[in-house]
Amino acid sequence: MTALTLRNVNKSFGDVHVLKDINIDIEDGEFVVFVGPSGCGKSTLLRVIAGLEDASSGEVRIGDDLVNTTPPSKRGIAMVFQSYALYPHLNVRKNMTLALKQEKQPKEVIEERVSEASRMLNLEDYLERYPSELSGGQRQRVAIGRAIVRHPRLFLFDEPLSNLDAALRMNTRIEIANLHAQLSASMIYVTHDQTEAMTLADKIVVLRDGRVEQVGSPMELYNNPANKFVAGFLGSPAMNFLPASVLGEDGSHTIGIRPEDLKASGSGPLKATVRHVEELGGDTNVVAEMDGHTITVRMFGQFPVKQGEALSLTAPEDRRYRFDASGGRITS
Amino acid sequence: MNKARSNPLNTTLMHGALILYTLIALFPVFVILINSFKTRKAIFREPLALPNSESFSLIGYETVLKQGDFFLYFQNSFIVTVASLFFVLLFGAMAAFALSEYRFKGNTLMGLYLALGIMIPIRIGTVAILEMMVATGLVNTLWALILVYTAQGLPLAVFILSEFMRNVSDDLKNAGRIDGLSEYAIFFKLALPLVRPAMATVAVFNMIPIWNDLWFPLILAPAEEVKTLTLGSQVFIGQFVTNWNAVLSALSMAIIPVLILYVIFSRQLIRGITSGAVK
Repeated sequence: MTALTLRNVNKSFGDVHVLKDINIDIEDGEFVVFVGPSGCGKSTLLRVIAGLEDASSGEVRIGDDLVNTTPPSKRGIAMVFQSYALYPHLNVRKNMTLALKQEKQPKEVIEERVSEASRMLNLEDYLERYPSELSGGQRQRVAIGRAIVRHPRLFLFDEPLSNLDAALRMNTRIEIANLHAQLSASMIYVTHDQTEAMTLADKIVVLRDGRVEQVGSPMELYNNPANKFVAGFLGSPAMNFLPASVLGEDGSHTIGIRPEDLKASGSGPLKATVRHVEELGGDTNVVAEMDGHTITVRMFGQFPVKQGEALSLTAPEDRRYRFDASGGRITS
Repeated sequence: MNKARSNPLNTTLMHGALILYTLIALFPVFVILINSFKTRKAIFREPLALPNSESFSLIGYETVLKQGDFFLYFQNSFIVTVASLFFVLLFGAMAAFALSEYRFKGNTLMGLYLALGIMIPIRIGTVAILEMMVATGLVNTLWALILVYTAQGLPLAVFILSEFMRNVSDDLKNAGRIDGLSEYAIFFKLALPLVRPAMATVAVFNMIPIWNDLWFPLILAPAEEVKTLTLGSQVFIGQFVTNWNAVLSALSMAIIPVLILYVIFSRQLIRGITSGAVK
């Protein structure tokens, strides 16, 4: 069964066309990540799905119901915001129960769901506290708890980890992944961070300028990007792009090669000069210059190389991605 | 920590300046207060002296209280001030919420129109207002004053509050919408508590001019049973003889309710409830 169907969804603010003919299907239980640079319309799309913005045209279906004109609270969704958006004057328990009270659920149901959610998120000790007395990570858990208690058909996450520090971000990421496994609910997650997208998603939707660039599993997108934008957006460090002539090829305009596919060897045909070395311990990123183009080489393990040294590289033929002048992928 | 801020010399200077200002600001009030407890002769002989056993007298307060209607005036002033503030804050906050929250055609224009009143003194329209009040039969009622003061206070209230309403997190309002709160519930339960400090500011700004106003009570409600305190005190100021004891006593007593209202609102100025809402 499909959890969400978008058909030719458009959204304009005055003259600004923010979403252009969006078509997406999300299956039940799928974890879908919308990813793209800031201003690509991913948050607007989420808000259209939530009902906080109306689509200018097109169909939004949640389950089998057309919800274009349904108010947010009746759509069977729950949303977690970047800024947590907890009610400051209510304690944790009341934050979580407000929506259920609005739905006029019986007391026992509310009680049961709150204890279920607080057990899942380790919030049992904090139920009587106010948001101002909680740390950032705890607030985010309360925000997630507020979504869980509603038993929604669709979870919406709007950059939920952006306000957390790096260590907490990783923990919470794992918690969200576990939560998805436990609840087996359909989830949509918006982020500009490709690491979050790659690690969490069953399916990634890459957006740019209000258009869907490509949809697929993380590895599909990584191994088989449809165009230069997707190739450059996913993967860290980002893919290197060089004019085809530099690599002595013709028939394409630009050639992309991932930093880990460039191999340093004494006899390599490509000569580069090291400009900067990032030693991470586990691996080493070398930023080098080749014919006036900056490239990144990712070496596994520790690699003794100094700024200004010469580097010989090979770029295996079968690891090259070829793009035409407009950025489209050439596959042959 | 910032060194300049903890420098004892700076702190002393700062406190010195503040204390000096406080003394200057409180001095006239102090003079009124001490003279209200003195005999008429003592007021004129040594206006700045404290009342002593010789000059102490409650004659002013006795005169005022014997005047009979004084408590009625008091009550009128209080009703007018509180009701006007209530309407200014309620409608001001509602308009501010609408202006900052909803996109509609002419939003900016509407905002400018509502702010126009800041620049045009309402007293220019006194004749028209009087005509309207006569036509609606509101002359010599407290409602006439409440309506005029509400209109007078709204422009500034809308202007200040819409700035604060814009700062109320969109996410919070959207979370409310997703949780099934109505727009009214979002306004009253989420937005209003967060702009409380701004509302207190608006209330304080509006309260004093309303309480002290003589113009509109004199024109719109001069009848005995709806006289406000300021208007009522004018009976002691004659063209030839002024009962200074009574005037000073009446003024002293008039300070008290404003003081109480001010304390109530200034406590609201203390922030803290907003922290933890977002971020």
